[in-house]
Amino acid sequence: MSAQLPPGLQLEKTDERIMTLNVGPQHPGSGHMRLIVQIDGDYIVACDPDPGYVHRGEEKMAEYRNYITNIPHLERPVIHDSCNILYPYVLGVEDILGIEVPERAKYVRVIASELNRCVYTLYWLAIYGIFLGHSTMFMWPTGDRELFIDLLEKMTGARVTHAYMVPGGVRNDLPANFEDVCLRQVDYFEKRIAEYADVFYDNPILIARTENTGVLSRTDAIRLGTTGSVLRASGVDYDIRKREPYDVYDSLDFETNVLRAGDAYARSKIPWLDMMESCRIIRDALSKMPKSGSVRVKLKPNPKGGEESVYRRVESGRGALGCHIISRKKPEPYRVKLSVGSFRNLIALPYLLKGERLGNMPSVYWSLNYWPVEADR
Amino acid sequence: MEHSQPPADSIETPGHAALMVKRFPDGAILSEDTARPQVLVPKERILEAAAYARELGYDHAESVTGVDYPDQNEIEVVYHLGSYTDESLNGTVMALATRAPREEAPKPGHDSTRLPSLRGTFYSVEFHEREIFEMLGVYFEGHPDNRRLLLPEDWADLPPLRKDFAIKGR
Repeated sequence: MSAQLPPGLQLEKTDERIMTLNVGPQHPGSGHMRLIVQIDGDYIVACDPDPGYVHRGEEKMAEYRNYITNIPHLERPVIHDSCNILYPYVLGVEDILGIEVPERAKYVRVIASELNRCVYTLYWLAIYGIFLGHSTMFMWPTGDRELFIDLLEKMTGARVTHAYMVPGGVRNDLPANFEDVCLRQVDYFEKRIAEYADVFYDNPILIARTENTGVLSRTDAIRLGTTGSVLRASGVDYDIRKREPYDVYDSLDFETNVLRAGDAYARSKIPWLDMMESCRIIRDALSKMPKSGSVRVKLKPNPKGGEESVYRRVESGRGALGCHIISRKKPEPYRVKLSVGSFRNLIALPYLLKGERLGNMPSVYWSLNYWPVEADR
Repeated sequence: MEHSQPPADSIETPGHAALMVKRFPDGAILSEDTARPQVLVPKERILEAAAYARELGYDHAESVTGVDYPDQNEIEVVYHLGSYTDESLNGTVMALATRAPREEAPKPGHDSTRLPSLRGTFYSVEFHEREIFEMLGVYFEGHPDNRRLLLPEDWADLPPLRKDFAIKGR
């Protein structure tokens, strides 16, 4: 039967011992995606991720809009990290249009994207907590996230969908007394985040459920092309902010976090450590930022690029985020491709779940720092 | 300043784009930028070119883009290759491109729009190639899993990222 079907429409094989289980797409433990899991008793034999339930055709839509009107919809795949998903697109458009960004705008962008990284990571951590049945860890990050949402609201006017990054800088300048409010919130958050260790990261139940679970070796992390926290939890020190600094990251003082274990525990710890570095970056950027000056270069209406192809990348909350833009002398880009961390880390999921117990599936799945909507674009 | 000495750049080893084209003379350099070399090789040589890129130190594919060029009757697939292991390739991403023939009435999987899969050389392209198969109809020969990924299983229209697939109302 399956031989007559075109590729892409093959039927699944069944076996009397193996049971096929659909996790999702409505299951709270999968997000908007389906995991087709084959189990033998309690052990996972194979896992076939089936994303695409929230595919919006962002790349197709980008071909119909000009470089500026693309901004609000391109951030939609991951609204909690909207500054970081727009960042590579904006850098690429600046390359195509040959725009030089004012110094102050570069710092403001870095601050906005680090605040956004914390917003995203706290949301992710909250869901990781509830996945593992730890409802305190759902409440705490959800509450603390408001600190950064408030700051971003002051900066951009919107709580989540900021559309703040624009080619040539940022949409508007910081409000008066932003620096004081920001430092106060960050100081409070740094004290607060240390308490996460007491309730979550040093919790023996969490450690028992995640340590030595879903171990990804260094070699495999490289071979599978994983990125972000997944890669750094497996002992590869690769952070785009250090390896290919964009805007002013090379002048800021911060470290990258690397762990060697490669298990779900290490993967869940890296984003938490990253948030501490984000606080350092924000504080450093606020002190080094020019106190006045323009934050945006005015563009001509409907700007056109030449015939070129650019690929820019940044470090988002979920790893490297690349944007490939092809311009063919039109106000609209000819092709925009977003290479997102979630999509790249998905390849590790079937690999890690093989031989794992079904009960460990949520802890492995969410430790990949996967955001279904972003992977689908 | 006097220019009796050659500038430092010219003494350095040739860029990766130049090395690629030296090895594969039927290829073309699209950009010689050291951070973003871009090369186009014919599809018959793409497997050898990928193996050579591995020798140069690239160990994973970051992104794979499929681009439809109806005016040239071709579909381009661009592999963006990066390296986690080679420190000297820190900020370098090589774009290795190849082109497949394009058909007016595509029958994905059953027409001439085919390319060899790079999954054997760069395992990380697995899902990216599946995405290009459904979005542009490029069948990757040697890929063990040429199935739909994001689109519904019963999608019967044109592959949506082809230029002749128009969004309604636009």
